Amino acid sequence: MAEFLDSLFSIFFIETLMNGLLLGGILALLSVGLNLIFGVIDVVWICYAEIIMVGMYLIFYLNNDLGVHIIPSMIAGILFSGLVGWLTHKIVIARLIDAAPINQLIATGGLLFFFQGAAMIVFGIEFRNMGVSLGSLAVSEDIYLSWTRLISFAISGLIVVALYLFLSRSYLGAAIRAISQDKEIMSLMGVDTKKLYLLTSAIGGALAGLGGCLLVLQYDVHPFIGLSFGPITFIICVMGGLGNMVGGFIAAFIFSELITIGGYFAEIEWGYVLAFVFFIIMMFIRPEGLFARKS
Amino acid sequence: MNNKYFIGFLAIVLCLLPLIGVQGYPLHIVITILIWSFAYTGWSIMGRFGLVSLGHGAFMAMGGYITALLWNYLGMSPWIGIPIALIITGLLALIVAYPCFKFRIVGHYFALVTLALSEVVRQVIIATRDYTGGSLGYTPEPHGEGWSIYAIQFPDDRIVFLYIAVFTWLIGIIVWRMVDGSMSRYALEAISEDEDASSAVGVQVTREKLKITILSAVMTAFAGALYCQYQMFISPDTIGGVGISLQIVFAVVVGGIYSSLGPTVGAIITLFLAEILRVSIGTATVNLTENLTINAAGFPLFIYGIMLIGFIIFLPKGIVGGLSDLLSKKDGQSLDIKSSKAK
Repeated sequence: MAEFLDSLFSIFFIETLMNGLLLGGILALLSVGLNLIFGVIDVVWICYAEIIMVGMYLIFYLNNDLGVHIIPSMIAGILFSGLVGWLTHKIVIARLIDAAPINQLIATGGLLFFFQGAAMIVFGIEFRNMGVSLGSLAVSEDIYLSWTRLISFAISGLIVVALYLFLSRSYLGAAIRAISQDKEIMSLMGVDTKKLYLLTSAIGGALAGLGGCLLVLQYDVHPFIGLSFGPITFIICVMGGLGNMVGGFIAAFIFSELITIGGYFAEIEWGYVLAFVFFIIMMFIRPEGLFARKS
Repeated sequence: MNNKYFIGFLAIVLCLLPLIGVQGYPLHIVITILIWSFAYTGWSIMGRFGLVSLGHGAFMAMGGYITALLWNYLGMSPWIGIPIALIITGLLALIVAYPCFKFRIVGHYFALVTLALSEVVRQVIIATRDYTGGSLGYTPEPHGEGWSIYAIQFPDDRIVFLYIAVFTWLIGIIVWRMVDGSMSRYALEAISEDEDASSAVGVQVTREKLKITILSAVMTAFAGALYCQYQMFISPDTIGGVGISLQIVFAVVVGGIYSSLGPTVGAIITLFLAEILRVSIGTATVNLTENLTINAAGFPLFIYGIMLIGFIIFLPKGIVGGLSDLLSKKDGQSLDIKSSKAK
């Protein structure tokens, strides 16, 4: 027991908690785009993390192979992911918009295979590293936090706030929120739902690309990286309450802390097990999400 | 095509394959197809009622890993080990599915809960790598040289496994047909149309769903155990995880979700496609630049993806369903999985 308490108050545990916080920032950004699509179009993109992967590969390729500076590469990555999001809706989802939700989910499962296969064909199965290191910040004598994570955290925060403002203040944002509440009425009111869906999908895709920008600095790219971020992203969205941005944001931090704390006391896999089991149990207790309001 | 004489005839032909000189690699393909067909059939008996589970990778991995672990660590024969694995998997399915059905978690919420289950089992296998070999995979220890009925191991002899696989496959089809002809089918169809209404007319919603889920999970676990005994190698990515869960859904959707032979056709198409692509294109890699390649190993996934999307959009009843519609010239086919019209 004493040993346990020691480990709880050790400096490394504090570092773990802070790293969890930083991971939470990234997860929040990843889930925010999916949440938008989820909330507005009511479709689950199982392939969302694969769009992130596509963005990562493009940034990696432009920067490493063609020698483009990192900032324009990232902008290209974001724009391209936005295009992929737009195409995903245009080519696949739009045809299934009236089908059973589960058919839409399976179709995006097909996209998942498609993106993985395409990435394997073009880049092979090797792990690719950007080789960017920004060093780390010494918070105190013993605590070091990597700059890439800190910057990612700051950007995630900014983007989430920006998206919130866009949805709550702008005209388009109001239309998107309205459509997520009742699509039939909105189309009767003369709103072009198809256009708004495409716009939402493009924004969602671009947010995935932005997530890719931040991930590519920290992780190696490989065709199956989506499988390590995909499931956790879905459960964060569901846990926060579908379409509930603030809920998703908080849920991202809960899960990232669970993962890192699990990883601190045992292997990181147990952290994931903890997070997924927590999700399953919470689904039974609060199926509408952690922060659902009674309607 | 779903006629029982045809299926019986098919089983006999399959059993006679070794006599007409089919052996080695072609026989291996047949056995693999039969084992996967059984797993796919197991999924489709619940999938056809709109209970789309992405957790069957978890059940399959449990079947394989529990059997192999009991054999390696406790020396327990698979004759006892497999039933234990099936019971544990059934219990897991019960523990996860009961609250799901009790609290009305349906549609894509159900898919996501079961997806989390897939991940839990995969991560547990990787985390306990000291015992299970982690992502590197796991091998049941051979029981002496050559045959062992005690350990259900038949190295270098595929014929025995062919008979086991044909028998299992046949059982799978029979179970499918029994479900199809049972009262539960009508109950489950009613549930998939409208839960409240069916519960109002006296259908025991939770109980019916649980029965079919546990049956489906146990069948999939048995396929996992069989796969482990046949291949003598399992890894979290070959029989578990989200990848396998999606592969199961994919094959059934392609083959046809509302027909007893649909999952088998799905297995044939997916495995043949994978093998043909592997043999014809190979896994050659052409390096274009330092990082860009043309890696042929990616083509199966690439083509699967396109096919899956195409089937969901244009032929949601799958190949067998689409064919029998064409043959019987039925019109007014429904386009979503939920409203199932079995033939």
